[in-house]
Amino acid sequence: MPEKSASNLVAEPQSPPKIRSPKRPAGTLYRGKEGMWSWVLHRITGVSIYFFLLVHILDTALVRVSPEAYNAVIETYKTPLMAIGELALVAAIAFHAFNGLRIILIDFWAFGAKHQRTMFWVVIALWVILLIGFVPRHLSHAFGG
Amino acid sequence: MSLIEAPRTPTRGRRTGGINWEKWGWIYMRASGVVLVVLIFGHLFVNLVAGEGVKAIDFAFVGGKLADPFWVVWDGLMLWLALIHGGNGMRTLVNDYATNPKVRKVLLIGIAASTAILLVLGTLVITTFDPCPAGATPALLPSFCEAL
Repeated sequence: MPEKSASNLVAEPQSPPKIRSPKRPAGTLYRGKEGMWSWVLHRITGVSIYFFLLVHILDTALVRVSPEAYNAVIETYKTPLMAIGELALVAAIAFHAFNGLRIILIDFWAFGAKHQRTMFWVVIALWVILLIGFVPRHLSHAFGG
Repeated sequence: MSLIEAPRTPTRGRRTGGINWEKWGWIYMRASGVVLVVLIFGHLFVNLVAGEGVKAIDFAFVGGKLADPFWVVWDGLMLWLALIHGGNGMRTLVNDYATNPKVRKVLLIGIAASTAILLVLGTLVITTFDPCPAGATPALLPSFCEAL
Protein backbone atom coordinates (compact mmCIF):
# COMPACT_ATOMS: atom_id res chain seq x y z
CA MET A 1 0.00 0.00 0.00
CA PRO A 2 1.71 3.28 -1.07
CA GLU A 3 1.86 5.95 1.66
CA LYS A 4 0.78 8.70 -0.67
CA SER A 5 -1.87 8.21 -3.21
CA ALA A 6 -1.40 9.39 -6.75
CA SER A 7 -3.91 12.16 -6.21
CA ASN A 8 -1.84 13.66 -3.34
CA LEU A 9 1.27 13.71 -5.52
CA VAL A 10 -0.57 15.57 -8.18
CA ALA A 11 -2.05 18.00 -5.60
CA GLU A 12 1.42 19.06 -4.26
CA PRO A 13 3.53 20.35 -7.10
CA GLN A 14 7.12 19.25 -6.51
CA SER A 15 9.70 22.02 -6.34
CA PRO A 16 13.06 21.14 -7.86
CA PRO A 17 15.41 19.66 -5.22
CA LYS A 18 17.80 22.15 -3.72
CA ILE A 19 21.43 21.03 -3.61
CA ARG A 20 23.70 23.48 -1.86
CA SER A 21 27.33 23.45 -2.83
CA PRO A 22 29.47 22.71 0.26
CA LYS A 23 31.19 25.74 1.78
CA ARG A 24 34.41 23.81 2.28
CA PRO A 25 35.83 20.86 0.37
CA ALA A 26 34.45 17.78 2.01
CA GLY A 27 33.88 14.14 1.45
CA THR A 28 37.37 12.70 1.64
CA LEU A 29 39.18 11.07 4.53
CA TYR A 30 42.35 13.04 3.73
CA ARG A 31 41.66 16.56 2.48
CA GLY A 32 41.52 19.24 5.18
CA LYS A 33 41.97 16.60 7.87
CA GLU A 34 44.82 15.37 10.08
CA GLY A 35 46.37 13.39 7.20
CA MET A 36 46.75 16.45 4.98
CA TRP A 37 47.94 18.82 7.70
CA SER A 38 50.57 16.38 8.98
CA TRP A 39 51.89 16.17 5.40
CA VAL A 40 51.94 19.98 5.03
CA LEU A 41 53.71 20.44 8.36
CA HIS A 42 56.20 17.67 7.54
CA ARG A 43 57.20 19.50 4.33
CA ILE A 44 57.44 22.96 5.93
CA THR A 45 59.46 21.75 8.92
CA GLY A 46 61.66 19.61 6.63
CA VAL A 47 62.61 22.53 4.38
CA SER A 48 63.26 24.81 7.39
CA ILE A 49 65.52 22.23 9.04
CA TYR A 50 67.35 21.63 5.73
CA PHE A 51 68.31 25.30 5.31
CA PHE A 52 69.41 25.52 8.94
CA LEU A 53 71.52 22.38 8.39
CA LEU A 54 73.36 23.99 5.45
CA VAL A 55 74.23 27.05 7.58
CA HIS A 56 75.07 24.90 10.62
CA ILE A 57 77.62 22.79 8.71
CA LEU A 58 79.30 25.98 7.46
CA ASP A 59 79.39 27.66 10.89
CA THR A 60 80.77 24.52 12.54
CA ALA A 61 83.43 24.28 9.79
CA LEU A 62 84.92 27.48 11.26
CA VAL A 63 86.47 25.40 14.08
CA ARG A 64 89.00 24.42 11.38
CA VAL A 65 89.78 28.10 10.65
CA SER A 66 90.56 29.48 14.11
CA PRO A 67 89.11 29.62 17.66
CA GLU A 68 88.52 33.36 17.19
CA ALA A 69 86.57 32.90 13.94
CA TYR A 70 84.36 30.16 15.43
CA ASN A 71 83.68 32.07 18.65
CA ALA A 72 82.84 35.28 16.76
CA VAL A 73 80.18 33.55 14.67
CA ILE A 74 78.79 31.38 17.48
CA GLU A 75 78.35 34.53 19.62
CA THR A 76 75.67 35.65 17.15
CA TYR A 77 73.64 32.56 18.19
CA LYS A 78 73.58 33.78 21.80
CA THR A 79 71.22 36.71 21.25
CA PRO A 80 67.53 37.05 22.24
CA LEU A 81 66.39 36.95 18.61
CA MET A 82 68.36 33.77 17.89
CA ALA A 83 67.06 32.21 21.14
CA ILE A 84 63.57 32.49 19.64
CA GLY A 85 64.95 31.05 16.39
CA GLU A 86 66.42 28.11 18.33
CA LEU A 87 63.01 27.47 19.92
CA ALA A 88 61.45 27.42 16.45
CA LEU A 89 64.21 25.09 15.19
CA VAL A 90 63.75 22.63 18.06
CA ALA A 91 59.96 22.80 17.62
CA ALA A 92 60.35 22.02 13.90
CA ILE A 93 62.80 19.16 14.56
CA ALA A 94 60.56 17.65 17.26
CA PHE A 95 57.48 17.68 15.00
CA HIS A 96 59.43 16.29 12.03
CA ALA A 97 60.93 13.54 14.23
CA PHE A 98 57.67 12.42 15.89
CA ASN A 99 55.64 12.67 12.67
CA GLY A 100 58.40 10.80 10.80
CA LEU A 101 58.07 7.93 13.28
CA ARG A 102 54.28 8.09 12.72
CA ILE A 103 54.84 7.78 8.95
CA ILE A 104 57.03 4.70 9.50
CA LEU A 105 54.35 3.11 11.71
CA ILE A 106 51.72 3.83 9.01
CA ASP A 107 53.94 2.30 6.31
CA PHE A 108 54.99 -0.88 8.08
CA TRP A 109 52.16 -1.67 10.50
CA ALA A 110 48.47 -2.31 9.72
CA PHE A 111 47.55 -0.85 13.12
CA GLY A 112 49.38 2.36 12.17
CA ALA A 113 47.43 2.88 8.95
CA LYS A 114 44.16 2.25 10.77
CA HIS A 115 44.96 4.66 13.60
CA GLN A 116 46.92 7.33 11.68
CA ARG A 117 44.52 10.04 12.84
CA THR A 118 44.87 9.12 16.53
CA MET A 119 48.63 8.92 16.08
CA PHE A 120 48.67 12.48 14.68
CA TRP A 121 47.24 13.72 17.98
CA VAL A 122 49.74 11.56 19.87
CA VAL A 123 52.47 13.32 17.83
CA ILE A 124 51.03 16.71 18.81
CA ALA A 125 50.85 15.64 22.47
CA LEU A 126 54.47 14.43 22.52
CA TRP A 127 55.51 17.65 20.75
CA VAL A 128 53.77 19.79 23.38
CA ILE A 129 55.31 17.77 26.24
CA LEU A 130 58.81 18.10 24.75
CA LEU A 131 58.41 21.85 24.30
CA ILE A 132 57.03 22.30 27.84
CA GLY A 133 60.30 20.76 28.98
CA PHE A 134 62.59 22.55 26.53
CA VAL A 135 61.23 26.11 26.25
CA PRO A 136 61.70 27.23 29.91
CA ARG A 137 65.09 25.50 30.10
CA HIS A 138 66.36 27.15 26.92
CA LEU A 139 64.96 30.59 27.78
CA SER A 140 66.62 30.48 31.22
CA HIS A 141 69.92 29.59 29.51
CA ALA A 142 69.53 32.30 26.89
CA PHE A 143 68.18 35.10 29.09
CA GLY A 144 69.37 34.04 32.56
CA GLY A 145 72.49 35.52 34.12
CA MET B 1 46.65 5.38 -34.46
CA SER B 2 45.04 7.55 -31.80
CA LEU B 3 46.29 11.09 -31.27
CA ILE B 4 45.41 11.14 -27.59
CA GLU B 5 47.44 8.82 -25.42
CA ALA B 6 45.67 6.57 -23.00
CA PRO B 7 45.57 7.91 -19.43
CA ARG B 8 48.51 6.92 -17.24
CA THR B 9 50.76 6.22 -20.23
CA PRO B 10 54.28 6.36 -18.77
CA THR B 11 56.52 9.05 -20.32
CA ARG B 12 59.63 6.94 -20.26
CA GLY B 13 58.20 3.47 -20.63
CA ARG B 14 58.14 0.82 -17.98
CA ARG B 15 61.42 0.20 -16.22
CA THR B 16 62.81 -3.26 -16.82
CA GLY B 17 65.45 -4.57 -14.44
CA GLY B 18 68.22 -2.52 -12.84
CA ILE B 19 68.30 -1.00 -9.39
CA ASN B 20 65.06 0.59 -8.21
CA TRP B 21 66.59 3.82 -6.86
CA GLU B 22 63.24 5.32 -5.86
CA LYS B 23 62.55 2.29 -3.69
CA TRP B 24 65.96 2.52 -2.01
CA GLY B 25 65.48 6.27 -1.53
CA TRP B 26 62.14 5.54 0.17
CA ILE B 27 63.78 2.94 2.43
CA TYR B 28 66.72 5.31 3.14
CA MET B 29 64.39 8.09 4.35
CA ARG B 30 62.85 5.75 6.92
CA ALA B 31 66.04 3.97 8.02
CA SER B 32 68.08 7.17 8.36
CA GLY B 33 65.11 8.93 9.97
CA VAL B 34 64.97 6.49 12.88
CA VAL B 35 68.73 6.82 13.52
CA LEU B 36 68.57 10.62 13.16
CA VAL B 37 65.87 10.89 15.84
CA VAL B 38 68.35 9.36 18.32
CA LEU B 39 71.42 11.26 17.05
CA ILE B 40 69.79 14.71 16.83
CA PHE B 41 67.84 14.46 20.10
CA GLY B 42 71.13 13.44 21.77
CA HIS B 43 72.96 16.32 20.04
CA LEU B 44 70.31 18.84 21.13
CA PHE B 45 70.32 17.53 24.69
CA VAL B 46 74.10 17.74 25.12
CA ASN B 47 74.47 21.13 23.40
CA LEU B 48 71.29 23.01 24.42
CA VAL B 49 69.77 21.38 27.51
CA ALA B 50 72.60 19.92 29.64
CA GLY B 51 74.94 22.19 31.59
CA GLU B 52 74.68 25.84 30.61
CA GLY B 53 73.06 25.17 27.24
CA VAL B 54 73.73 27.46 24.30
CA LYS B 55 75.80 29.85 26.46
CA ALA B 56 78.51 27.22 26.96
CA ILE B 57 79.08 26.65 23.24
CA ASP B 58 82.41 28.02 22.03
CA PHE B 59 85.62 26.69 20.47
CA ALA B 60 86.73 25.08 23.75
CA PHE B 61 83.37 23.26 24.10
CA VAL B 62 83.39 21.92 20.53
CA GLY B 63 87.14 21.17 20.72
CA GLY B 64 86.59 19.19 23.91
CA LYS B 65 83.85 17.14 22.24
CA LEU B 66 85.69 16.52 18.96
CA ALA B 67 88.85 15.39 20.82
CA ASP B 68 86.76 12.32 21.76
CA PRO B 69 86.38 9.73 18.94
CA PHE B 70 82.87 8.98 20.24
CA TRP B 71 81.65 12.45 19.25
CA VAL B 72 83.61 12.41 15.96
CA VAL B 73 81.69 9.27 14.95
CA TRP B 74 78.42 10.72 16.30
CA ASP B 75 78.83 14.01 14.41
CA GLY B 76 80.09 12.25 11.27
CA LEU B 77 77.04 9.97 11.20
CA MET B 78 74.76 12.95 11.78
CA LEU B 79 76.44 14.87 8.94
CA TRP B 80 76.08 12.08 6.36
CA LEU B 81 72.66 10.77 7.37
CA ALA B 82 71.05 14.20 7.83
CA LEU B 83 72.48 15.90 4.75
CA ILE B 84 71.53 13.04 2.41
CA HIS B 85 68.11 12.74 4.12
CA GLY B 86 67.55 16.49 3.66
CA GLY B 87 68.90 16.53 0.10
CA ASN B 88 66.64 13.66 -0.89
CA GLY B 89 63.68 15.40 0.74
CA MET B 90 64.44 18.59 -1.20
CA ARG B 91 64.67 16.48 -4.39
CA THR B 92 61.15 15.25 -3.69
CA LEU B 93 59.88 18.82 -3.29
CA VAL B 94 61.62 19.99 -6.48
CA ASN B 95 60.12 17.07 -8.40
CA ASP B 96 56.69 17.98 -7.01
CA TYR B 97 56.71 21.74 -7.56
CA ALA B 98 59.30 22.67 -10.23
CA THR B 99 57.22 22.15 -13.36
CA ASN B 100 59.64 23.87 -15.75
CA PRO B 101 62.12 21.16 -16.84
CA LYS B 102 65.07 23.59 -17.02
CA VAL B 103 64.39 25.10 -13.59
CA ARG B 104 63.93 21.60 -12.20
CA LYS B 105 67.26 20.43 -13.61
CA VAL B 106 69.13 23.47 -12.24
CA LEU B 107 67.60 22.98 -8.78
CA LEU B 108 68.39 19.25 -8.74
CA ILE B 109 72.01 19.88 -9.77
CA GLY B 110 72.23 22.58 -7.09
CA ILE B 111 71.00 20.19 -4.40
CA ALA B 112 73.39 17.44 -5.52
CA ALA B 113 76.37 19.82 -5.72
CA SER B 114 75.75 21.46 -2.31
CA THR B 115 75.24 18.03 -0.72
CA ALA B 116 78.53 16.71 -2.15
CA ILE B 117 80.51 19.87 -1.25
CA LEU B 118 79.19 20.02 2.33
CA LEU B 119 79.76 16.28 2.88
CA VAL B 120 83.41 16.64 1.83
CA LEU B 121 83.87 19.87 3.83
CA GLY B 122 82.20 18.54 6.99
CA THR B 123 84.06 15.22 6.86
CA LEU B 124 87.41 16.99 6.41
CA VAL B 125 86.67 19.36 9.30
CA ILE B 126 85.84 16.67 11.86
CA THR B 127 88.61 14.26 10.78
CA THR B 128 91.48 16.79 10.48
CA PHE B 129 90.41 18.92 13.45
CA ASP B 130 93.07 19.97 15.99
CA PRO B 131 91.59 21.01 19.36
CA CYS B 132 94.89 22.68 20.35
CA PRO B 133 96.04 24.60 17.25
CA ALA B 134 99.61 25.96 17.54
CA GLY B 135 99.85 29.69 18.20
CA ALA B 136 96.21 30.11 19.31
CA THR B 137 95.23 32.15 22.36
CA PRO B 138 95.43 29.62 25.26
CA ALA B 139 92.31 31.02 26.98
CA LEU B 140 90.15 30.03 24.00
CA LEU B 141 91.28 26.38 23.96
CA PRO B 142 89.96 23.31 25.82
CA SER B 143 91.53 22.97 29.29
CA PHE B 144 93.46 19.79 28.39
CA CYS B 145 95.59 21.79 25.87
CA GLU B 146 97.61 23.23 28.82
CA ALA B 147 99.08 19.80 29.50
CA LEU B 148 100.62 19.65 26.01
